Amino acid sequence: MNDVLMFFMQYREAIFIIVLSLFLGIEVISHVPSVLHTPLMSGANAIHGVVIIGAIIVMGHAHDVLSMVLGFLAVILGTLNVVGGFVVTDRMLEMFRKKKSKN
Amino acid sequence: METITRLIQYTPEISILEMSYILASVLFIVGLKRLSHPDTARNGNLWAAAGMGLAILFTILFHKKDGESIGNIPWILGALVVGTAVGWVAARKVKMTAMPQMVSIFNGMGGACAALISLMEFPKLQESLAEAGASSMLHGETLAILFGLTIGGVSFAGSMIAFGKLDEKIGDIKASWLRYLNLFFLLLLVVLLVLIMFKHPVSGDNTLIYFLTLLALIYGVSFVMPIGGADMPVVISLLNSFTGIAAACGGFLYNNQAMLTGGILVGSSGTLLTILMCKAMNRSLLNVIIGAFGGDSTAQGEAGDKTVKEITLSDAAVLLSYSQKILIVPGYGLAVAQAQHLCHELDVLLVSKGVEVKYGIHPVAGRMPGHMNVLLAEADVPYEKLLEMEEANNEMQNTDVVIVIGANDVVNPASEDDPSSPIYGMPVIKAWEARNVIVMKRSMAKGYAAIENKLFYHPKNSMLFGDAKSTLQKLIAEIKNL
Repeated sequence: MNDVLMFFMQYREAIFIIVLSLFLGIEVISHVPSVLHTPLMSGANAIHGVVIIGAIIVMGHAHDVLSMVLGFLAVILGTLNVVGGFVVTDRMLEMFRKKKSKN
Repeated sequence: METITRLIQYTPEISILEMSYILASVLFIVGLKRLSHPDTARNGNLWAAAGMGLAILFTILFHKKDGESIGNIPWILGALVVGTAVGWVAARKVKMTAMPQMVSIFNGMGGACAALISLMEFPKLQESLAEAGASSMLHGETLAILFGLTIGGVSFAGSMIAFGKLDEKIGDIKASWLRYLNLFFLLLLVVLLVLIMFKHPVSGDNTLIYFLTLLALIYGVSFVMPIGGADMPVVISLLNSFTGIAAACGGFLYNNQAMLTGGILVGSSGTLLTILMCKAMNRSLLNVIIGAFGGDSTAQGEAGDKTVKEITLSDAAVLLSYSQKILIVPGYGLAVAQAQHLCHELDVLLVSKGVEVKYGIHPVAGRMPGHMNVLLAEADVPYEKLLEMEEANNEMQNTDVVIVIGANDVVNPASEDDPSSPIYGMPVIKAWEARNVIVMKRSMAKGYAAIENKLFYHPKNSMLFGDAKSTLQKLIAEIKNL
């Protein structure tokens, strides 16, 4: 029990952010029309590419060859997620905008 | 006993970094919010991208771990350039129809990235715990690493299978024993996680973590494998929220607020989005995962003796030209054949003959919700011509002809009148309520749900067999010759 309480105290800021973000995530997209499901999924997909920051931190403090190789790979994978995700989303939404301007 | 208070290492750089993370988080939130409204969606995507760019740049410039700045910067920049070039070209070159597969691949990359980070951090953590003389691995950081590895690994492997299924490289496996195997794998994963948490930290003892990685990958494959291809959008959306949680685990590990907010936001909104998608198909998430779809469809086989009417191109041309009101119901077949432009051409031609042409879009037409809207928009079809399913159904009785192009399950009457059908209860476009129906289809083959479609045998219906693109071309030529 004491361990659990200590765990909570030690990570209370992170836990606070996690709980609030959980509600925020649900609230923010709750009224999305079904037309936008795919672009929204794709956009959210790009946002979790934020994991690249972790890859940069690992790579930035890598000293041996194995960590360098794995870190390099991780940064590439993360970048693919971020760049690919945002560009694909933009392409999808470009279509929506085009028809708007025609009206 | 550990001290609870955390030391605050203050330097101006760290302060700037933290401020940039707050700004990035705000940009993510505003971006997501704007992404969920049609007018602001594109702009919202750019906001989120700006947030990401900011977080990446400031991390490279100002991040410090134990007073040590980010090193290996040329390598990091090199990896960023390679990733950007490949990602950009892949995303630009991919056909609009293959969009869902692409999203799945990018999602997998994020999952793999999260798993790799955990894989590299575990030995370091174990070493430092061993040096500190800890009796077990029980620690908040271990938890974050293990969850990041497991969830990231499952997400990566699952996304690759989802990609293969959407690309029709991997077929569906329908075996009920797979369900039990999955439960067994899941149990094994939990046991392994507990084992690692309570093991004695010995520097360099990483066998269990490699085993966990392998098991996570295997589970990812076996989790997606039995789920039908038609349900892949839901699966991708679910794996998307998984990767979000994996990213948040990284945020927990590094006490990094941008990763934490970004990851959890995607985790929670992705879960909601998954549920919304299931609702659009009138099914529960559990039903999708366990998979009642496309099950044993032998019972529906008795339709074989019914007759199918075919219509010739010239008859179809006449029927269409002298109609008042036409509704086009596009499906994945139209997308595969890249026929959306021809579809628009037919539309324009008929309008010039005084016919009213509208489109009836089923929420899950194509391969993903909204996929069809994107494809038709690409072909310059005006927004107000696209009717949502309910509007289309309301106007059905006044519609002369419904043209179904490459769609199948979304116009299946079995969803209304056959309680034994796997798609019973799914809302569909009631094409059979119109005066005439023309179904353009390559063959009598079943749709993605692998069930018979009674609409094809309906007295009002006639079939126009052939590839959507060439049939449309011939039909347009025929109408022009009238």
